[in-house]
Amino acid sequence: MRRESGAAPAALEEPAPVPAPAPLRTVTTASGLVADGVSAWFSGRLVIESVSLEMEASKVTALIGPSGCGKSTFLRILNRMHEVTPGAELAGRVLLDGEDIYGPEMRPTETRRRIAMVFQKPNPFPAMTVEDNVLSGLKFSGKRPRGKEKDDLVEEMLTRAGLFSEVKARLKTLGGELSGGQQQRLCIARALAVRPSVLLMDEPCSALDPSSTRRIEETMREIAEEVTVVVVTHNMQQAQRVSDYCALFLAGENAPGRIVEKGSTKDIFENPKDERTSDYVHGRFG
Amino acid sequence: MSTPRVVTTDHLFEDRLYRAGVKSVGIGTFVLLVAIGAFLLLKSWPAFARHGVISFLTTTGFTTLGHHPSFGVAALLYWSVVIAVVAVVVGVPVAVGTALFISEFAPRRLRAVLVTLIDMLAVVPSVIFGLWGFYMLQPNLVGFARFLSVHLSFIPVFSVHSSVYSSSAFIAGVLVGIMIVPIVCSVAREIFSLAPLGEREGALALGATKATVIRSVVMPFARRGLAGSVMLGLGRALGETVAVAIIVSPSFIISPHILQQGGASIAAFIALRFGTGGQLGSAALLGAGLVLFVFTLVVNLGASVIVNRSVGGRRA
Repeated sequence: MRRESGAAPAALEEPAPVPAPAPLRTVTTASGLVADGVSAWFSGRLVIESVSLEMEASKVTALIGPSGCGKSTFLRILNRMHEVTPGAELAGRVLLDGEDIYGPEMRPTETRRRIAMVFQKPNPFPAMTVEDNVLSGLKFSGKRPRGKEKDDLVEEMLTRAGLFSEVKARLKTLGGELSGGQQQRLCIARALAVRPSVLLMDEPCSALDPSSTRRIEETMREIAEEVTVVVVTHNMQQAQRVSDYCALFLAGENAPGRIVEKGSTKDIFENPKDERTSDYVHGRFG
Repeated sequence: MSTPRVVTTDHLFEDRLYRAGVKSVGIGTFVLLVAIGAFLLLKSWPAFARHGVISFLTTTGFTTLGHHPSFGVAALLYWSVVIAVVAVVVGVPVAVGTALFISEFAPRRLRAVLVTLIDMLAVVPSVIFGLWGFYMLQPNLVGFARFLSVHLSFIPVFSVHSSVYSSSAFIAGVLVGIMIVPIVCSVAREIFSLAPLGEREGALALGATKATVIRSVVMPFARRGLAGSVMLGLGRALGETVAVAIIVSPSFIISPHILQQGGASIAAFIALRFGTGGQLGSAALLGAGLVLFVFTLVVNLGASVIVNRSVGGRRA
């Protein structure tokens, strides 16, 4: 990935492709994330091998590639969710603003608050209200905003996730009662409420209809200024629409997943260096 | 014009035979249950006819011979419930804690070992539990009972009027509490393991600790199922016979003093007195059995309704 920008995390020389519709308070500082020689195993089986990738601050990086090539595993390594799976092991380093999140003094709970995650299947807490869902991450870390502070926070986060206008009259209904697309945006609001510097999204739109998908893509563009976004997607158009950079993962038969090519989204789609990249992005396999 | 016709594949002989077989077994179980109830009612009728149902349920004592027979199950029912409640208070926290450890914390291998051990606890015959309770548990628990009565006597249930601490409802309750651990534990474990992975990971990804995941995802999900498992345990505790019979020394006094000698239970009393008291005595014992039968049936029915609802339609 672009070496020259690695040292300047807040470089914003490129215009944002989608203009933000409303001015949003800048409350978080996006951080750069660097994976350095990351390999992963499940029960002794190597699934990704020495993947290195720089995810620039305040940009959207898309991880693309066919199913089973280790994209989701790689994503889960980026915020220490990998170790939740029994039998999971890894090697390598993941640097958040230069600090290894797997370092001995790093707490996984703290790391996950700084590097938030949205899952493929919407997973709001069904027995909590919409409002409590947004506040849940804060509650987990012992913070309980009250009164106006709470209301403002809930409104801000739901607005950033593009959901507020739809649910402002239903803040006290249960999270499980929203539609699938709304639930996913609620999960985004919930993730943003802990004020992360990085947001990881694992195929966030794969279970959603086109209009919800578009809404979430807009959200990704809007929040990218404040939060570094890393998104796994199977949808080539989506990768083209939302990402600044792309990394293509491929796995051979009985061979672990690796990055075949990485670079700016424009280059990956219009001027790929590797033949396999060209084949993949043009739908010739996978 | 067309007329509707029923399209079905139900006419295959094999299917029909199979269905008839399964159906008759299913109905048979239900018939058996009703037949047991009817049998109890029929055989105990002389006892009810003598004093009336209300008096049978509200009076206490068991004099069935002589010119002035008087009997009733009030005290027996009371002590049955007391022992069952003590059992639940003692057994459920242990069972739920064990279930949480097995499903949330134990490494995979230890989990398998623990599950097997708990299941083995369930197959220990209750007479063995009774003997163990009498010779091992009771001598060791008497001191604790005395401690409670000395230091916590301001709470009515812990006060005593006599200083004999053995053969009490408390000791019987603790013993039965140990006996209900396996059933409560296995139901609770099952329910904990069904808590959705998506929500667990959602909470973890927000920086929750394992304890927080249990508190905010697993427990809200399991609440109803746990209530059901507690009622299942209560049902078992109410019906426990031999172990209670070995421990308690039957008393017909209804009192709140669970730590001192006394207490009884319907099941244990029937076992102890069966064959004594003449014809009327048998009828009265069968009547007591009917009361227990109906009572445990209702408790277990309530339990299964709660468990089914909690697993099936949790989002409804």
